[in-house]
Amino acid sequence: METQDILAACRPSARQQALRRAKNRVLACVMGMSAVVVMLPLFLVLYFLIKEGASSIDFHFFTQLPKPAGEVGGGMANGIVGSLVLLAMAAALGVPIGVMGGVYLAEYGSDRANTLVRFLADVLNGVPSIVWGMVVYAMLVVPFKTFSAYAGGVALGLMMIPLVMRTTEEVLLLVPQSYREAGLALGIARWKIITVIVIKTALKGIITGILVALARVAGETAPLLFTALGNNFWSHNLSQPIAALPLQIFQYSISPYDDWHRQAWAGALVLMLLILGINLFVRLLSRDKSAS
Amino acid sequence: MPEASIEPPPTATRPAVPTAEPKSPAPEESPAFDIRGFSLWYGARQALNDVTIKIPARRVTAIIGPSGCGKSTFLRALNRMHEVTPGTRIEGSLRLFGDDLYGAGVDPASVRRRVGMVFQKSNPFPTMSIEENVLVGLRLNGVRDRGFLRQRLEESLRLSALWEEVKDHLRRPGVSLSGGQQQRLCIARALAVQPEVLLMDEPCSALDPIATARIEELIQLLREKFTVVIVTHNMQQAARSSDKTAFFYLGRLIEFGETRNLFTSPSNPQTEAYVSGRFG
Amino acid sequence: MPDISFRWLAMLAALTILGLVALVGWELYSGAQQAVRQFGPGFLVRSTWNPVSDVYGALPFIYGTLVSSLIALVIAVPLGVATALFLTEMAPMRIRQPVITVIEMLAAVPSVIFGLWGIFVLIPWLRDHLYSWLKDYFGYLPIFGGPVYGVGMLTGGIIVAIMILPIITSVSREILRSVPDLQREAAYALGATHWEVIRIAVLSYARRGIFGAAVLGLGRALGETMAVTMVIGNRPQIAASLFAPAYTVASVIANEFTEATTDMYLSALFELGLVLLGLTILVNIVAQLMLRALTGGASGRT
Repeated sequence: METQDILAACRPSARQQALRRAKNRVLACVMGMSAVVVMLPLFLVLYFLIKEGASSIDFHFFTQLPKPAGEVGGGMANGIVGSLVLLAMAAALGVPIGVMGGVYLAEYGSDRANTLVRFLADVLNGVPSIVWGMVVYAMLVVPFKTFSAYAGGVALGLMMIPLVMRTTEEVLLLVPQSYREAGLALGIARWKIITVIVIKTALKGIITGILVALARVAGETAPLLFTALGNNFWSHNLSQPIAALPLQIFQYSISPYDDWHRQAWAGALVLMLLILGINLFVRLLSRDKSAS
Repeated sequence: MPEASIEPPPTATRPAVPTAEPKSPAPEESPAFDIRGFSLWYGARQALNDVTIKIPARRVTAIIGPSGCGKSTFLRALNRMHEVTPGTRIEGSLRLFGDDLYGAGVDPASVRRRVGMVFQKSNPFPTMSIEENVLVGLRLNGVRDRGFLRQRLEESLRLSALWEEVKDHLRRPGVSLSGGQQQRLCIARALAVQPEVLLMDEPCSALDPIATARIEELIQLLREKFTVVIVTHNMQQAARSSDKTAFFYLGRLIEFGETRNLFTSPSNPQTEAYVSGRFG
Repeated sequence: MPDISFRWLAMLAALTILGLVALVGWELYSGAQQAVRQFGPGFLVRSTWNPVSDVYGALPFIYGTLVSSLIALVIAVPLGVATALFLTEMAPMRIRQPVITVIEMLAAVPSVIFGLWGIFVLIPWLRDHLYSWLKDYFGYLPIFGGPVYGVGMLTGGIIVAIMILPIITSVSREILRSVPDLQREAAYALGATHWEVIRIAVLSYARRGIFGAAVLGLGRALGETMAVTMVIGNRPQIAASLFAPAYTVASVIANEFTEATTDMYLSALFELGLVLLGLTILVNIVAQLMLRALTGGASGRT
């Protein structure tokens, strides 16, 4: 008597089974739909960028300066060039310091010191980009009484340092210790071992990290708002304000002029292509060499 | 640093199937390594205890012993590689052809140029070609003369019995070779800087028997020009390849003598227990 | 000699991190000094923001930042976790990689482009569809009261949600992947359906990690500037309605920094920056601690 009853109680009824299975299917659907919803914004953004911006991208867009407010026409040549100039300056600051710092963490540092530096680098990576703008404003704009390309480049460069440092460190740590030992056993000086052997082995990863950081700061607007400021003309002097693509996109978007809205889309498309281009390049680089 | 003579070795006459036949007696030479009362600590742990040994020049000396006996530590002390690990400390004296390797002001890099090393797993530098791998030690120490480099490239590859196999493919990446070839490449790389001593840390443990046999042949060929010290956990290999053998246990040198004697009639009971397979 | 110089050079480079932290703290602190001395702790709870009379208070902006971030979390965390579950538990290999790639590309879109899209695409659509529907059916509720402009708190929250989805999804994926198969197998062995396995074995094990992912997302949300500035309406007010325009700390700094006419004005903005910095650093540290404890010290890349 008892065993049969207990067994019957443990075995779920057919109805219960069906309910559980149905629940399973519903939830599976929900999860699948979530994935679709999450992917949707990217496609929508790209679609509208192309729809609204592609037609405005022509030779003039790349070569002409902005026209005065309200007038139709003109281009974003200065913004595109300005962005490239700022990126070059950012790289000049961020790459050497970031890579060398990563070298120190991977090759020389002690456990405790490294944990601290890594932790602080991660903290810095979480600082909102507008704060960097404020810091560089106080540091470079106020004392020299002028907004400048230098200030903009420095702001972006400072943002790059913790990013590049961490990625460089991670990649260097992946290089097997036996290569360093082989170099030492040949009587080669330590710094040569690091630069010629270790860094060379990890080079692809280091470059990938740098490119990712560049793609990230290429789209930053906030730090430039009060450092580079923006410029409607060509900058002939790096200690003067300089135009930048994200700044122009922002300015044009919030303006009341339809023509500027059109150009904002075009500029956004160019910026997006630049960033996607860098990311694609990074992907290609990483695919060549399979992860060790 | 004495210049080793520079001719390619005779084309390989395969030595007879390895037996324990005594090698042709060599004229007495001052020892390569004169080591007295040498001890080594990793932090608080003592890894080597009062080792005294004279390692002969231009001979093959094998170091055997169970895992953890200190044989690899001892080998690495011969070219100061243990200093890669922080917190190591030594006592005693270790001389190479009369020079104190641990003297004040002695640059470890200079020691390692005189005492080369080949590792357990072959590690040719992945971003370099065969040629670049062999010459990296010379180039990074400032040697520029192309003629000299080319010459040394060929010699080193001949010495490591790899020349014939790679002479037409010197630009290929070092890592494109087979496991056994890679290890011979590493030997060529070590030999290119013309060390006086070649240390080998279980060089065949990652290789198949055929590749192993080739490396053992190679060791015989190197013997006349270089002092070779080889750590091995394979007793048969030690018996086949070496002139003298040292048995280490728990950080101490237990016995050191002619290989043949050590294996057939060891004087120390611990040695006897190990070589007859009763432990280890 | 070159060995030593090289090492020193590398060490100096690594030390710049310490220097940068000090620099950021110092510049914000000294810039905020004037306002701090003038307004004291009351700054945080005053709701006036009056450049004319030089009286400033942070409350509307703190409110705007917190509420918009909260809305973003409410939207992004369930979606992100569900997507992460989809990727780790359900999706076949063929689908997994493209979806991951799409999400990574989403993370690469700059804030200003989201803002542009927000102004000209999202807002009109929201106004005409979602908001009008909400207004029609739930307009009696205070949170849906008042006129519908398009820009406003809810829009700000939605756009931030889109921007923090990638990080929440990817961190959640890491957490879910770290759940040992043993847990899942034990549940399967009891005859559980797929979803029940997830609920019993996976989610409860990963609960703390997912919470950490949410906190990380919060840290990101607090600092979002450009896209929010472009869609939130930029009015310093505390209103009950989600349709009402609002203002975040980052937005007011972005908009008014170059317009600041007096020293006190600028100093007040610096003080806001200090508040923002403190808040984001705190939240990020909490997130790092939570996640590091779980992944056992794996790289805490934000």
